[in-house]
Amino acid sequence: MYARETFRQTHDIGIGSLPIIAIISTFLGAVTAVQFAKQFLDMTLPLPMSLIGYIVRDSLILELVPTIGSLMLAGKVGSNISSELGSMRVTEQIDALEIMGVNTKAYLIMPKILGALIIVPLLFASAIILGMVGGFLAGYFGDFFSWEEYKSGLQDSFTSYYMVIFLLKCYVFSFIVTSVSCYQGYYVKGGALEIGAASTRAVVNSSIMIIVTNFLIAFLFL
Amino acid sequence: MIVVENIKKSFTEQSVLKGISAEFYPGQCNLVIGTSGAGKTVFLKCLVGLHKPDSGNILYSDRKFNALKAKEQKKLRQEMGMLFQGNALFDSMSVEENIRFPLDMFTSKTEDEKRSRVEECLQKVNLTGAGKKYPGEISGGMMKRVGIARAIVMEPKYLFCDEPNSGLDPKTALVIDELIRELTIENNITTVINTHDMNSVMGIGDKVTFLHKGLKHWEGSKGDILSSNNKELTDFIFASDFLKQLRNKANL
Repeated sequence: MYARETFRQTHDIGIGSLPIIAIISTFLGAVTAVQFAKQFLDMTLPLPMSLIGYIVRDSLILELVPTIGSLMLAGKVGSNISSELGSMRVTEQIDALEIMGVNTKAYLIMPKILGALIIVPLLFASAIILGMVGGFLAGYFGDFFSWEEYKSGLQDSFTSYYMVIFLLKCYVFSFIVTSVSCYQGYYVKGGALEIGAASTRAVVNSSIMIIVTNFLIAFLFL
Repeated sequence: MIVVENIKKSFTEQSVLKGISAEFYPGQCNLVIGTSGAGKTVFLKCLVGLHKPDSGNILYSDRKFNALKAKEQKKLRQEMGMLFQGNALFDSMSVEENIRFPLDMFTSKTEDEKRSRVEECLQKVNLTGAGKKYPGEISGGMMKRVGIARAIVMEPKYLFCDEPNSGLDPKTALVIDELIRELTIENNITTVINTHDMNSVMGIGDKVTFLHKGLKHWEGSKGDILSSNNKELTDFIFASDFLKQLRNKANL
């Protein structure tokens, strides 16, 4: 039952968030490429357009996908988790599980946290690829650079340590989103209004924690 | 058998249970009655372990619930079934999945065994054919029956019902009462029912415990209620002017 629940959560968090993460990351890559290309063109000192690929790649890996993606997950997955658990609490479904002898924290919370830890790195890795594609399409059709220029930038000076930072952010942020939301939902007292308030608190608190932790990771590890 | 020894429970400054002792016997419908706020729900939640009493003991066939280790408590809880006031059905699961859930969680039965046990429970509560429906698609009375089926699927020794008739019409309420009574007698279950429905009290009250302001004010059988001189109890039972007039006419 625990394994089945973990699988279900993995599916819900991963597949459920794929469309929104895909759209956001594609446009994040696109806007990064266009903005830098414009700035390069405006500069008096000419810079090679191949740098755009390099900038898009590292921005997506280090910052845009893990941070903006996690903020999106806080909004989508976090509020969902919090309202699901909150509603189970006020309708006594959690009490029903307790009376049956189910360890409700292990059954309701652990699968969500584990599911997110399993799927979020994969989800964000796909988002990076989509972001790179988005960057290329925007720059290519905007007539800023060619495929060869962009590709050479993507392949230039790849620092594998950045992938470690990326994974660290994925794990820490997904843990924050799920644990904060579970906490807010699990301990709801009251009714429909309190479920809504808990859901809001889940999003706000996890977003703030993500932003602060993002700075700490950058400060300590980069 | 459940023995409750002088349990007390307070929330912050408010004392809800002020020392209640009671005994509940197997094969009987043990009703706990009282006005809203008398402490019935807190009492029931203490019995099932959702609230920890501040003092006192609860013994399940000589096993002191509060003194048991977490593992033993978990095992004891598998001997309990509970019907909630709001049913507490898992709304993302079908009727069948709701009833089957404890079997999936705690037993190593085969698929066929689980299916046949679920079918058996559905038959007992007269819900054959409704297994594929979701809680949102069935009536209040059916939801109660699903709640009962889920509560008895593990063949519990102890059954707790919190306001089983709330929100039901009198006719459906009688059907639910009768169902609980049948299951109690058939399986020799110790059933504790919280209610303020006088139809239930007079219908299935093998043993009635009256709570008032956190204290046990009266105890007896349904037959003793009408002849009781306990002021709080009579005020509770004959609350309306109509019933008071009836009582005076009948010289009770």
